[in-house]
Amino acid sequence: MASRMDLLITRYIQLKNHQVIINGSVEYLSEEPSVSTLLHSVYRRYNIDCPKFFKMDNLSKLGFLSAEILLQGIDILQKYPGEEIGIILGNASSSLESDEKHQESIRDRNNYFPSPSVFVYTLPNIMAGEIAIRHKIKGENTVFIFERFDPGFTFRYISELFRNQRVNCCISGWIDCYGDHYESFLFLAEREDRIDRCPELQEGIIFDPWSIEKLFKGESISWMI
Amino acid sequence: MANVFVGASNIITSLAFSTAGHVEQIKAKQIGISIYPGGNLYPTPVPLSLVDNRQLQDLFRQYLGETQPGLQPSSFTRLEMLHILSISDVLKSSGVNIKDPRTLIILSTTKGNIDLLEKDRYPVIEPDRIYLWKLAEFLQHFFGNPNKPLVVSNACISGVLAILIGSRLIQAGLYDHVMATGGDLVTEFVVSGFQSFQSLSPGPCKPFDAARDGLSLGEGCGTIVLSRDHSLCALLEKIIVAGGSCSNDAHHIAGPSRTGEGLYLAIRRALKEAALGPLDIDYISAHGTATDYNDEMEAKALSRAALEPVPVNSFKGYFGHTLGAAGIIESALAIDSMRNNELFRSAGFENPGISKNINVLTDHLAKEVNHCLKTASGFGGCNAAIVFKKI
Repeated sequence: MASRMDLLITRYIQLKNHQVIINGSVEYLSEEPSVSTLLHSVYRRYNIDCPKFFKMDNLSKLGFLSAEILLQGIDILQKYPGEEIGIILGNASSSLESDEKHQESIRDRNNYFPSPSVFVYTLPNIMAGEIAIRHKIKGENTVFIFERFDPGFTFRYISELFRNQRVNCCISGWIDCYGDHYESFLFLAEREDRIDRCPELQEGIIFDPWSIEKLFKGESISWMI
Repeated sequence: MANVFVGASNIITSLAFSTAGHVEQIKAKQIGISIYPGGNLYPTPVPLSLVDNRQLQDLFRQYLGETQPGLQPSSFTRLEMLHILSISDVLKSSGVNIKDPRTLIILSTTKGNIDLLEKDRYPVIEPDRIYLWKLAEFLQHFFGNPNKPLVVSNACISGVLAILIGSRLIQAGLYDHVMATGGDLVTEFVVSGFQSFQSLSPGPCKPFDAARDGLSLGEGCGTIVLSRDHSLCALLEKIIVAGGSCSNDAHHIAGPSRTGEGLYLAIRRALKEAALGPLDIDYISAHGTATDYNDEMEAKALSRAALEPVPVNSFKGYFGHTLGAAGIIESALAIDSMRNNELFRSAGFENPGISKNINVLTDHLAKEVNHCLKTASGFGGCNAAIVFKKI
């Protein structure tokens, strides 16, 4: 049984305010004016090759890119079988942007054009599905809807998943996108005893609600060495 | 670990406004799916299972008059009326104190108040109740519950997940009681979307049947109480949540895995957690949407889990696919089957149309049921399985 102290955040990323922030450091600043063009500039910046990206709605694009950057350079499947990795995400606006787009397509009987490629994105968990497909992740996956990111619940629920061996690794955080607003925060939680020992590298941040909240707010926090 | 008991439930669909009403209708083999003409609402005629609007309005007006006479029915959306009637029925029959700080509301829905996007649909309702968290908060405040509700929106496995997550939170000692309530409406929004996918059947759906040709949409609401306190189930046979799991196919966002591997994985883990083998399972309440791919995928997963001989049904032939409510509505019926040791015919099924020899119920069957498996699968490649156990 893993106790609370046994879990660490081993990597975290944020995509907000035109910035890509990895482990607290701004790595990329985009001047792109709109959410769509910004997401495309991040896609190009990280040399991602996935033509399907361009079919996604902005919410899935944001989730997809965040996971892509989080897992960059990590061979996660070499470390954990896909079924031991969880994806637990929070979001406030659900898929409202795609919902409005679909509603607009059916508003007028004389100009009626519902499209399966829009409709499929009218569910918030599609972003979790896109991440799962890309990284072959097959474990627990749930999208919760909150008014704002809830570090306490995130901590409690993910701790429960680890404690009962439902996951051995978890991608979690907050992916929200509606209109001009976008914000993502993703972190990788792992058990301390499963972290690769590498003396030169910092290993992680203690997984507790205070650390999660600080990371989400972009406040600095010390890594365990 | 502490037992999590499954208590009273309520179901509202085209068939009835209570769980007992549903059982009565299903026993009588009543189907709630009818063909609605095209024209104003839909481009072509479409079979749907709809909650009777006049009855809903009457019951809600009566309920509001008895409990909160200062409020007007016009300040509630249709989905809110369904949830309020459903939750209040379960509160009455279970005796759960909704104002208790140890009681949590979990809402499962895919589209919530999606009809708020329709122009002029609700002139006096705040448009921000389109947000699912706001809808949940509205229900929380209506009932005076002190805890921020949890909202699960994970496509068609949302309802099963709400029960599973509720039982996990009780087991972790965070709450004593959970009201898991799931609801979704049939609106032009979902009908047009599923039509664009060409996944709607021209007649009432036929899960697992050789002639199945798509799903039928249904609207509804289901509420089920979970509790660590078995005295809440005093008059009912004691049933617990013995295990459960969810998984992802990692295959396609809009189509199920061809192999059933994801669902198989969820079933395997649920059985393991319940410490049961396939031979222990007496009955399976499957997802059974009646689309070609889904039912075939489920048959493969059940076969792979060595569950072929176990009697299985889908309730969707009775009242369609109720989306985010489905997992709760169908679990409530499965639990009733356990309590009464009576399994129900899988409506719409006549001739097997799947590649595996699973045991789809062609008629009602009296059978002792000690362990029941409930499964669900949905868009985004998600699957869920939960095991209910009589103790």
